Amino acid sequence: MAVGSFDFTIAIGGEAGQGIATPGDILARIFVRRGLHLNTYNAYQSIIRGGHIFLYLRVCDEEIYTHGDKLDILMCLNQDTMDRHLQLMRPGSWVLYNEDNIKPGEAGDGVQLCPLPVTKLSVTRNRLSQNTMAVGSAAHLLGLDFQVLEESLTLRFQRQGQAVIDENVSVARAGYDHSVANFEAFDQTVPTGPKPLAVWSGNEALAMGGAAAGVKFYAAYPMSPATGVLHWMAQNARNLGIMVRQVEDEIGVANMVIGAAHTGCRAMCATSGGGFALMTEAVGSAAMMEIPAVFIDVMRAGPSTGVPTKTEQGDLWQVLGASQGDFERFIVAPTTPVDCFNTMPELFNLTDKYQCPGIVVSDLLLSEGRFSIAPDLIDMHPHIDRGELITKGSSTDGYMRYKDTETGISPRALPGLEGYVHVVATDEHDENSQLLSDEFTNPHKRRKMVEKRARKFKVAIEDIKPPELEGPADAEITLIGWGSTYGVIREAVEILAQQGVAVNHLAIKWIVPFHGEAITEILSKSKRVVVVENSFSGQFYRYMRSETGLSVDGHIRKYDGEPFIPHHIVDGVKAHLAEKIECFVPYQEAIT
Amino acid sequence: MATTMPATDDKPVIPLTARDFKGLVDPDWCAGCGDFGVLNALQRSCAELGLRPHEILTVSGIGCSSNLPGYFNSYGMHTLHGRSLAVATGAKLGNHRLHVIVTGGDGDGYGIGGNHFTHTARRNVDLTYVVMNNQIYGLTTGQISPTSTMGMKTKSTPFGSVEAPLNPITSAIMNGATFVARGFSGDVRHLTELMKQAIQHSGFSLIDIFSPCVTFNHDNSNAFFKERIKKLEDEGHDTNDWKTACEKAMLFGDTIYTGLFFQKQAPTLGGSEPVLEPDEPLGLQTLGLDKEQTKRIIERMM
Repeated sequence: MAVGSFDFTIAIGGEAGQGIATPGDILARIFVRRGLHLNTYNAYQSIIRGGHIFLYLRVCDEEIYTHGDKLDILMCLNQDTMDRHLQLMRPGSWVLYNEDNIKPGEAGDGVQLCPLPVTKLSVTRNRLSQNTMAVGSAAHLLGLDFQVLEESLTLRFQRQGQAVIDENVSVARAGYDHSVANFEAFDQTVPTGPKPLAVWSGNEALAMGGAAAGVKFYAAYPMSPATGVLHWMAQNARNLGIMVRQVEDEIGVANMVIGAAHTGCRAMCATSGGGFALMTEAVGSAAMMEIPAVFIDVMRAGPSTGVPTKTEQGDLWQVLGASQGDFERFIVAPTTPVDCFNTMPELFNLTDKYQCPGIVVSDLLLSEGRFSIAPDLIDMHPHIDRGELITKGSSTDGYMRYKDTETGISPRALPGLEGYVHVVATDEHDENSQLLSDEFTNPHKRRKMVEKRARKFKVAIEDIKPPELEGPADAEITLIGWGSTYGVIREAVEILAQQGVAVNHLAIKWIVPFHGEAITEILSKSKRVVVVENSFSGQFYRYMRSETGLSVDGHIRKYDGEPFIPHHIVDGVKAHLAEKIECFVPYQEAIT
Repeated sequence: MATTMPATDDKPVIPLTARDFKGLVDPDWCAGCGDFGVLNALQRSCAELGLRPHEILTVSGIGCSSNLPGYFNSYGMHTLHGRSLAVATGAKLGNHRLHVIVTGGDGDGYGIGGNHFTHTARRNVDLTYVVMNNQIYGLTTGQISPTSTMGMKTKSTPFGSVEAPLNPITSAIMNGATFVARGFSGDVRHLTELMKQAIQHSGFSLIDIFSPCVTFNHDNSNAFFKERIKKLEDEGHDTNDWKTACEKAMLFGDTIYTGLFFQKQAPTLGGSEPVLEPDEPLGLQTLGLDKEQTKRIIERMM
């Protein structure tokens, strides 16, 4: 179902190495420059050459939160794509393919097969000609002037010189003209939005949010799907004065970040579940030494190496249980790309104030998806509050790093300052950093220090906004999701409303501290509650129950590696309304 | 030497003595432990170099010897087992004005922290790594370490170790360390001189120190070393010659060499990073982006 008056999805399929990213990029740029909203999802494999890659590009004149349910143009770069996806095409859609080497399948009614005689039309023998030609044809099908495409191609290839530009423009022109002569175009012209939009991925939003928050040190070990944060940081390091390091392993990453953070840098790192597992001991050490540092876990399907290029929300319990002992930390799961950005300065202010680690939980869908964003929604100058930080030397004596204060927060002096010499320790220590095991292991001192650190968190929840219910109060069903499922649940709720089914939505962003009371209050008014999550065992539901004692009426869960799309949730809601079922698991129709 | 700390005030600088580098508590090491000699040498060398406690950051891992920062008057970090070099690298890059001295043991540095040892050496991070090598796990009451000799009987090897030991000196040279020395805790005067040179060296400096464990390692005792140790400088060793350095480092029989095996000048990790060029260390800079930086970021997204 369409959201805006213009809601169109192009899918490009082929194998790794066939150059899917380039036509995707060219089309994406055309749309966002026109001010249209974009949401892309790339279904790919852990392979550099071969396999099957399927890129969804959804464009709309209104804001969109998912890559949607339907396909309007299918661009087949290989036979495999034709064989897998033709069956999904609905009336009024187009299938573009190179007729030289791809045999069309049996198309459904109203599906227009658009063969491109690539060799005949091509002026070159470049194997990527078919991609550019397909883009040319798609531009015609969408009613775009060729000039728009020409500009986009010129921009895309300008670094490679005029010859490459000319070649691509002429191949695209051939595809465009062939399409004009042979295929029937979309009956709607591509609209123009109020102003040009920018493009970013969730990973880029996390990195930019960190930079805006004042990150001065970033370290990483490459790991999908978190590597995008490293790439952005490395690219911008010199412009922004950020020390960016690629380290030997994630253990080194986390500890290096803590070392830099101790000297006063805002410092962070990003990884996926496996790398985060290696970081966990360090997370606890940051809590014990009371050093603020931020760790990002971009979840992929596990356990173990799992499905490296597929999405899942299966690390919640890992982050909840990360590191031995009983300690305080923040855990937050941003809900949208712009929320990824905004979460970073917010979290850095909190970890500075409470001098503790903060963990961000994203996933492949949110982090690697590419989305349009209005530049004026990005606040590159957010409020920065470093808490009780001492940055100037002094001649007064008697500084104690872990002074037992009313709030539990002890003023933090940075190394290098005169008058504040102190040791920080991962061993339990007293107010003056002296290790408890260096003398009689004093139970009274131990209790005092545990309570000092815990006291900091008594009030932390007041700094965090409680979740709010979206949608009608008298809904038939309340859907609860956490993190990246925000978008798909939101769209499903809109679709259901159009179909006369009233559903509301409670999206949870903050995992620790958890607004258990506020959530209980909201859910006490719900008729039925269904939890939506991208994991088999319902990790979020079990956590919510442990924090609130609440049980719910049903579940919608998916754990096949592919993200939810709106109709999965719509179908799930209808199934729960029709009969009492415990858990609805949608069927992933296309073998992407 | 690392960048000198600018004077923070106009008070006359009173020379410090080794005593001024004494920490808040006395060491809880066993009587006769080699680590006392190492602590003593470190305190002397910092005093003799005219360093001030607030200009130094000592970073350690876990183990008997890793308790050193608590016994030493400077900024200190007592971090996780095996992670001192990673933490120290972050700290050095965060504030490149600090003199970063990493202390720990053979298990901490060459065992659980072995990966960081390799990479910190090859990156030539400008810090000094002081390893108190007693060839045993002491704090866990006596098991083999990566430097235990073959045949050594411990609680985890009751029939004798069947593993060959790691050689810290040759490993460090092969990994790209630019200052590689060996000391002996029983010769504090010699050790002090080595430490002074190491702290003044620009780049990664390792001093592997025989620091006998009097409780759990009866094979490699003070007496064992005293009768075998010869100083490289007494034999006119060429510290530019890495091959001879390795040959001499591998001797562990009637003759065991101490002294500076190898030294070279090479760019340090921080020294080749333009983001460290501004005078203000990263950790002390005012946060927030300016308009020009922001503009460049947004333009790239359009």
